[in-house]
Amino acid sequence: MPYIPHSEADRQAMLAAIGVRSIEELFADVPEHVRFPALNLPTGISEIEARHELESLAAHNLPVTGSCFLGAGAYRHYVPAVVDAVLRRGEFYTAYTPYQPEISQGTLQAIFEYQTMICALTGMEVSNASHYDGATATAEAVIAALNVHRLKRRKVVVSPFLHPEYRAVVRTYTQGMGLEVTGDERIGELGNCEIAELLDQDTACAIVQYPDFLGRIEDLIPLAEAAHAVGALLVVAANPVALGMLKPPGAMGADIVVGEGQGLGGGLNFGGPYLGFFATRMEYVRRMAGRLVGQTVDIEGKRGFVLTLSTREQHIRREKATSNICTNEGLMALAAAVCMAALGRNGMRRVAELCYHKAHYAADRIAELPGYTVWRERPFFNEFVVRCPGPVAEINAHLLDEHGIIGGYDLGRDYPHLEGHMLLCVTEMNTREEIDLLVEALGVLLAKAAA
Amino acid sequence: MKLDPEARYAKTHELARWDGDEIICGISDHAQGALSDIVYVELPDVGDAFDKGDAFGVVESVKAASDVYMPMGGEITAVNEDLEDMPELVNKDPYGQGWLIRFKPSDPAEFDDLMDGAAYEAMVAAEEEE
Repeated sequence: MPYIPHSEADRQAMLAAIGVRSIEELFADVPEHVRFPALNLPTGISEIEARHELESLAAHNLPVTGSCFLGAGAYRHYVPAVVDAVLRRGEFYTAYTPYQPEISQGTLQAIFEYQTMICALTGMEVSNASHYDGATATAEAVIAALNVHRLKRRKVVVSPFLHPEYRAVVRTYTQGMGLEVTGDERIGELGNCEIAELLDQDTACAIVQYPDFLGRIEDLIPLAEAAHAVGALLVVAANPVALGMLKPPGAMGADIVVGEGQGLGGGLNFGGPYLGFFATRMEYVRRMAGRLVGQTVDIEGKRGFVLTLSTREQHIRREKATSNICTNEGLMALAAAVCMAALGRNGMRRVAELCYHKAHYAADRIAELPGYTVWRERPFFNEFVVRCPGPVAEINAHLLDEHGIIGGYDLGRDYPHLEGHMLLCVTEMNTREEIDLLVEALGVLLAKAAA
Repeated sequence: MKLDPEARYAKTHELARWDGDEIICGISDHAQGALSDIVYVELPDVGDAFDKGDAFGVVESVKAASDVYMPMGGEITAVNEDLEDMPELVNKDPYGQGWLIRFKPSDPAEFDDLMDGAAYEAMVAAEEEE
C-alpha cells in the first residue's frame, strides 16, 4: 500500500488555495504529448520472479575479476578486507556528513584523519571532506581559482592531457560563466608544460594531470613558476596511488591538488560511487567548497572534532555559497581513510612500486614484439602508450573473445592523432602470468595478421 | 546600540562618514553585535569601482558569512589591512579601528539619501519588533 500523506480533502484545499480546479489544470503548461504519458508497464510480478529476472540480467555482466589492463581514470587495486569490515559497521554506514558533532565524533574523526592523510599525500595544507569524483573535484578547483581572483580573471588553461572527461565536466560546470577554457583544442601540438605559453594576466588557473592521461610523469615546477609569474594558480589532478612514490604536487608548486580517490579502498563499483579529493594551501581555505572537519577542544579541554568554516556553505549562504553541490562522498572518504591507514606510509609506497615495476615489466615485454612500439620518451608510472599494428578496437575484441583479457583504452577515441594507440594499465593486481599471457596474445594476433 | 553621530547609515547596516573628500565605510555597532564574533573579513582591491548597493566584500562571523554593500557608489582608495590579522577589531571598535574601506564617491549627493542616526535607530527598532 503506498504511503500518500495527503488526503483528497488536503489536495482540494491546496488546489483551491492556488486557484486551480484540478491536477490536470495545474499541469496545463506541460506539453500535452508528455503530460500524462502511457507508461505501458507490465503487470506486477512476485518477489521470486523479480529476483530471477534481475539475476538473469546480472549474468550478462562481465565481472572484472580476471585479467584486466584497462585504467584511464578508474583503477583496479586491492581493497584490504578491513576496509569493508569498518565501512559496514552500523556506526559508520552512512554517506551523509554529520551535522551534530555531539553524536558523531567517530565519523568526524575518521573524516579528519582522511583529510590529514590526503594532505600528507598531496603536499598540501588543508583538504576537504571530499567531492563526488575526480572530475567534479577538478571543476570545483576551477571555481575556487576563479573566486581567488574574485571572478576578475576569465581564462582557464587546461592541458590536453588532462582526462578528457574531466575537461568535459569543467566545461559543463562553468558553462554560462563566459569563461575561456583553452589549451586542449590544440591536441597534438602542446604538451603538459607547454600550455605555459597560453598563460597571461587574465588566467585564473592552469590545470594539469599528474601522471598525465597518457601515464607520463613530468616535472611541474616550470609550469608552476610560469603560472605564478602571471598570478595564476596551478591545479594538479593527481593519481593518489602514484603519490605513494612520486614527489607530491605541493612540493612542485601546486596550489590546488585534486583527483580521483577510487583507487584508495574503492572497487571499480560499476563506475560509482567514486571519490573526489580536494586539497589546497591554507591561504585559499575560504575558497574551498565542501565540508571541512576541524579539530578542537571542548570546555573540559578534551580533543573533539567539528565541521568548521561552514558559513560559506549552501545551507547557510545559499546562492553565495562556494559551491551549490553540498554532497560529499563520506563513505568513500572513510574507505580511503581506512585503506591508507591500513597500508601505512610504507604500504602505500609498496603498492606504488608494485604498480610501477609490473607496468615496466609489461612495457619491456611488449616493446620486444615486432609491430608494437612503446612510448618511453618520458618516465611513466603504471600506464603507458603502445602504438599497435592495427585498430585498437579489433585488438581488444580479440583479447577478450579469445583470451578473456580486458585490453587497454583506445586513445583514438579522444585524440585523433593517436588512432591505433592503446593506453595500457598495470596494477599490483596483475600477476606476472597475466602479463605474459597478454604479451603472448598480442604476439599471436600479429602472427595471425601476417598470415 | 552605539551610534556614530557624524555618520549616515544604509538599510543593509553599513555606515558612511566623510573624511575630506573620501568616505570611510564600516558596519554599524548593531550589525557587528548581530553577527557576533567576526573571524574573517574579505575586502576588495584598491582601484575597484562599485555602484551604490553593490557587494564589495564579506564579513564572516562564527554564525554567518554576510555580504557588505556600498552605501554610495565610488572607487576604493584604501582597505583596512589590519583586519586580515585582527578581524575582531570590527567587533571592538566598529566606528574606529574596525573600518572596512575608504572610497572616493562618484556622486557625493548619494550621502544625503542615507539615514541619519535617529532614522537608523528607528529602523533597527522596527526590525527587532517584527
